[in-house]
Amino acid sequence: MKIKLLGCALLLFGQALFSQDYFPENDGIKSTNNNYTAFTNAKIYVTPTQIIEKGTLLIQNGKVVQVGSSVSLPKNTVVTDLNGKWIYPSFIDVFSNFGMEKAKRNPAGGRSPQYEATREGFYWNDHIMPENDAITKFTYDDKKADEVRKAGFGVVNSHYQDGIARGTGVLVALNGKGTEAERILEDESGQYFSFSKSVQKRQSYPTSLMGATALMRQLYHDLDWYAKGNSSTKDRSLEALMENKDLPQIFASENAGNVLRADKIGDQFGIQYAILGGGDEYQYVDAIKNTNATLIVPLNFPKAFDVSDPYAARYVNLKDMRHWNLAPTNPKVLEKNDIPFSFTMHHLKSPSDFMGQLQKAFTHGLTKTKALAALTTVPASILGKSGSLGSLQVGRQANFLVVSGDVFDKNATIYENWVQGAKYVLADKDQKDIRGDYTLNAAGKTYTMAINGKTNKPKINIKKDTVDLTATITYNNNWVHLTLVEENGDRYRMSGLASQGTNEISGKLVDSKGIETTFKASRTASFEKKEKEKSEEDAPELVAMTFPNIGYGYASKPKAENTLFKNATVWTGTEILQNTDVLIKNGKISKMGSDLNAGSAKVVDATGKHLTAGVIDEHSHIGALAINEAGHNSTAEVKMTDVVDPQDIDLYRNLAGGVTTIQLLHGSANPIGGRSAILRLKWGENADGLLFPNMPKFIKFALGENVKQSNWQSFSRFPQTRMGVEQVFMDYFQRAKEYDTQKKSGATVRYDEEMEVLAEILNGERFISCHSYVQSEINMLMKVAEKFGFTVNTFTHILEGYKVADKMAAHGVGGSTFSDWWAYKYEVNDAIPYNAAIMASQGVTVAINSDDGEMSRRLNQEAGKTIKYGGMSEIEAWKTVTLNPAKLLHIDDRVGSIAIGKDADVVLWSDHPMSVYAKAEKTLIQGAEYFDLEKDKIQRKKITEERAKLIDLMLKEKEGGGKTQGPKQTKKARFTCDTL
Amino acid sequence: MMKIKILLTAILCSTFFYGQQTPANPQTQALTIEGATAHLGNGEVIENSLIMFADGKITHVGSANSRIARKGTVINAEGKHVYPGFIAPGKSLGLVEVNAVRASNDQDEIGNFLPHIRSLIAYNAESKVVESMRPNGVLLGQIAPKGGRISGTSSIVQFDAWNWEDAAVKVDDGIHMNWPSTFRNGRWWLGEPRGFQPNKNYQENIDEVAVFVQNAKAYGTGDSKEMNLAFAAMQGLFNGKQKLYIYAHGEKEIIDAVTLAKNQGIKDVVIMGGYQAHKIASFLKKHDVPVLVRFTHTLPFLEDEDYDFTYKLPKLLMDAGLKVGLQNATASNFQTRNLPFYAGQVVAQGLDKEKALQLITGNTADILGIADQYGTLAVGKSATLFISEGDALDMRTNILTHVFIDGRGISLETHQTKLWKRYMDKYEAGKP
Repeated sequence: MKIKLLGCALLLFGQALFSQDYFPENDGIKSTNNNYTAFTNAKIYVTPTQIIEKGTLLIQNGKVVQVGSSVSLPKNTVVTDLNGKWIYPSFIDVFSNFGMEKAKRNPAGGRSPQYEATREGFYWNDHIMPENDAITKFTYDDKKADEVRKAGFGVVNSHYQDGIARGTGVLVALNGKGTEAERILEDESGQYFSFSKSVQKRQSYPTSLMGATALMRQLYHDLDWYAKGNSSTKDRSLEALMENKDLPQIFASENAGNVLRADKIGDQFGIQYAILGGGDEYQYVDAIKNTNATLIVPLNFPKAFDVSDPYAARYVNLKDMRHWNLAPTNPKVLEKNDIPFSFTMHHLKSPSDFMGQLQKAFTHGLTKTKALAALTTVPASILGKSGSLGSLQVGRQANFLVVSGDVFDKNATIYENWVQGAKYVLADKDQKDIRGDYTLNAAGKTYTMAINGKTNKPKINIKKDTVDLTATITYNNNWVHLTLVEENGDRYRMSGLASQGTNEISGKLVDSKGIETTFKASRTASFEKKEKEKSEEDAPELVAMTFPNIGYGYASKPKAENTLFKNATVWTGTEILQNTDVLIKNGKISKMGSDLNAGSAKVVDATGKHLTAGVIDEHSHIGALAINEAGHNSTAEVKMTDVVDPQDIDLYRNLAGGVTTIQLLHGSANPIGGRSAILRLKWGENADGLLFPNMPKFIKFALGENVKQSNWQSFSRFPQTRMGVEQVFMDYFQRAKEYDTQKKSGATVRYDEEMEVLAEILNGERFISCHSYVQSEINMLMKVAEKFGFTVNTFTHILEGYKVADKMAAHGVGGSTFSDWWAYKYEVNDAIPYNAAIMASQGVTVAINSDDGEMSRRLNQEAGKTIKYGGMSEIEAWKTVTLNPAKLLHIDDRVGSIAIGKDADVVLWSDHPMSVYAKAEKTLIQGAEYFDLEKDKIQRKKITEERAKLIDLMLKEKEGGGKTQGPKQTKKARFTCDTL
Repeated sequence: MMKIKILLTAILCSTFFYGQQTPANPQTQALTIEGATAHLGNGEVIENSLIMFADGKITHVGSANSRIARKGTVINAEGKHVYPGFIAPGKSLGLVEVNAVRASNDQDEIGNFLPHIRSLIAYNAESKVVESMRPNGVLLGQIAPKGGRISGTSSIVQFDAWNWEDAAVKVDDGIHMNWPSTFRNGRWWLGEPRGFQPNKNYQENIDEVAVFVQNAKAYGTGDSKEMNLAFAAMQGLFNGKQKLYIYAHGEKEIIDAVTLAKNQGIKDVVIMGGYQAHKIASFLKKHDVPVLVRFTHTLPFLEDEDYDFTYKLPKLLMDAGLKVGLQNATASNFQTRNLPFYAGQVVAQGLDKEKALQLITGNTADILGIADQYGTLAVGKSATLFISEGDALDMRTNILTHVFIDGRGISLETHQTKLWKRYMDKYEAGKP
């Protein structure tokens, strides 16, 4: 605060002095213009809320000297009367690449991924480049500056948009008439980050969003350690990061989910980023508000899909149609929720698109005051430049627009864009308004002519009687040029001056034969905005959002209801009870018995139906934005909780298959994978709302062909053999042990997320779920664990578990396997469907899992296969997808069986729950109905109706001349363990 | 449970342990199955049935109440179920052993128009994957090459043979063609977004097909002195000796495909997949085109579709009056043993069980052109059938006790059952 005050004082004081320059002059005499320029009688927006009618703006040497309704003008003032015109501070774009070359993609070379960094003396990851100074790559681009000024911008903040840590930016006034010394306002305007790797660098890590997130966290941990002088070597990346830590910190997140991710990183390290959003923030507005971040919002509203071909239209998801419909409400929603935001032209094809997009935001409810703030005061504040930019208060830079009227009006003309006191004319402000209706006399004939559109860019319509003729108009410096094509094909060219003070345009006419005569147009009526145009601007038709905001989302989030299931066949987990009632109260199993009193509870007649605990999938990859961080052979630092996708339709489809809980596992690209998320399929909650409360800590490990990279062309990463796999574990656990010992002794350690996580395993606080196939490697990991004094919690896949079931039982590890998969790679040659039954027979806790978004919705049937293969009893078979996975996940005190006091995660089946003929009719989580067959039918109907409505709206948009995009289907990747 | 165990152990012990199961000898003695519920594969069911077969052929199908003489050994199958052997179309069983091991993969030849590529000669009758089909009742398969526009020529085989000649049931039965798609997946590895986007080359792709087919036809009518293997291999399509299996899903694609084939005089066309075939059922009926529909254990293509769309699609097609069979051509070969359960899945959608059974027996045999011998339990047809402890379309109860191919009682053992026994024996022996 002190510094700020001091700065203000200096600024004011500085004005009183004349500036003294020290550059020699050899092309003439020293001539400094210290005259004042005044703009009088204008409506002046000093700030979005401080407006002066009939005011005067006085500037000198590129700065505002005075502004007000009565300003006394010094004698040496050049005065411009702006009667009827409006003055605004010019706009600022915080997120620009002005003057920067676009980073060129490094064509991938070589067969293997590159794991090591290419630089020395810098951070260990090539995508971390805080040492990059945008100014060294900056070249002022006159042509682009022209385009940007035309859109009303005076200052842009540019940075080199490449990499995860991108270095500093450069703040530039678009003043081509000035020198670099004048227009570069700041050469370290801020520090920039993103989740996207450098396209120029080939280093493999991070290959995923969760890896990028983890890398950012570790970077800050390392910075802390480095800043305290703990490093014996020099790291120029960390040096730069340290040096720039007090600059504005700007994160390019590009979508709403990533806004939350970026902010979470900031929260952990006490940094508040200003965050570039994606225009979809309206979907998670509550969470976005909680970030307290100032957003930088693009205005690239999606174009309507071209849905005229019904065969093609079906590919477009309702989700995307809805986003087309609702995206223009994003600014309004942010405004309504008091979320500070600025606008950027980022992602717009051309600056000339900007005003059109803004118009859309207005018709969708954004106020003009807020829009002006988002273009002036907010960006100035993001950049810490409120003292010099973003308003026309005294002392600010003289960056302003002279406009025909309201700058946000569709037909407004920006006449001039002044930058640092230099004038840039966009349109002649003194040009006469010739719009109106005319009688045109030309070539001896009489026509009616209408001129409309913008003052400086009018449109024309010429009729002979009632027939429309082809005509064009150009209008510059009061000269009108017309062309007219007669019905018989004759062409007339006309040029005339629209002189001030008359209602006539007259001049020369040249016909098709080259004969010259004259023409005259006399105005019969002046231009009026047609009423019809207004009706077109009627409030747009908007569809409603749902939870989650895709097809099959609910109008409101499901809530727990007290429910009595009457007369069901109840599979408690340990027994099968006929004709039994189950009462669910406050999300828990409250009572079980016969003839229970419903009280106020909803009664469901379950006669002939089966009630079971919800299915639990120990090994799932649905509901995720990424699965593998394959950039390192150990990635314990990454977390699946960072990449949960609550909008994955497979979550809903799993509910329809009776699944209530899943373990979202990292993939199997590396021996030490990432940390798991245990999710409850609470369809409609956001990512955090899906997490199982007090989630036990898990991590994915993997063995065999995947971690050896046997089945793809990669030969450079250790390990390439099962022998090497063991050594990866030995090495990491040994290091983690030493790290932990050192930390516990109170010595200074560099906080290492990976080591922290591995130490949790050694301390019994985190459990391993290990992807495994052949008996040798299974045995190996148990021995490694025993050496380090912990127990492996679960072997997942574990297809040769049956060969070492006795050893597994002795070690105390569980097995979570496929029912019948095999033959897809060499290591599953001996995989047999009897595996589950054999392991169970030796006392191993056995689960059947999916690793597949399709199979997971039929895990009940997969459990049924253990009866066929190996003859498991029905109760034991059913446990493999309920109680046993609950045990393996350490949540069996809450879910996995139907018992008094447990959470009411239950499924009502139409038939024997393991029969291929059974359908899940209702799926409840903590007493709330997340799937119901009848509700599903209603949802289908709603989807059909809403699609029809949106398709109709899009067709209208196309017919109205709106731009469209081809029909496309956005699709997330479907993951299995092997997905890279 | 114990019963089942003993039973299976008995079966296991009755066979020698070879690498693969030794094919059974031809049927020399008549056999009678009595008392089972017989599911004929044509929609009919006979409770307490009597089925007899000799020399590989079914000699009697009727009620056990009838007082005719039982021939040969009588298997008492009271409480059990008898089914015709299930038939798996469009598979590369025996052409691939381990998906990820390139050396074991013979399913996809390079090139785009390869009708002359024949699956049969590469079919490995001793595949461990093929052998694993049998304990689930899948006894016959149409083995087809994969990839390209015209993948090649398939043959139909039975799953208990010494070699491919032995295995062949119908040689070079059809040609398999992957129809171009109006939409294609985004090439995300090139930076395109995932998901579907319009295939700009669709018409061009079709034109290539048209040109090829026209030339093949012209070649057949002329008397070219120089042999063209590819064109020559297409001739069966024009004279009705072979069927054209077209893999297509979209309405537009199916209409385009059938129109082109019919215009070129191709007699028998079968749609493989047919994801949207229900929307153009009358068109397909008009052209007499059956559908071998995509299997049910798949996810809907599109986000807004009914969660159970793939479960009910076969029913939608049957309800529309089409001839429908079920295939899992796009699945890993090992999955094909789940064929009965794909059919069972449709029952939960309201399809009659016996009709569901037709999807993998009678209808499939009809569509593949082997109905004179296989697909249903009828006098004069091959005795390719099995006995199950319970309902064979449900995984809990699909537990087979006897399997016959052409009357030969084949082994139910596999590489997998052997490992099961071997390790259970180890643990039993280790007990105090």
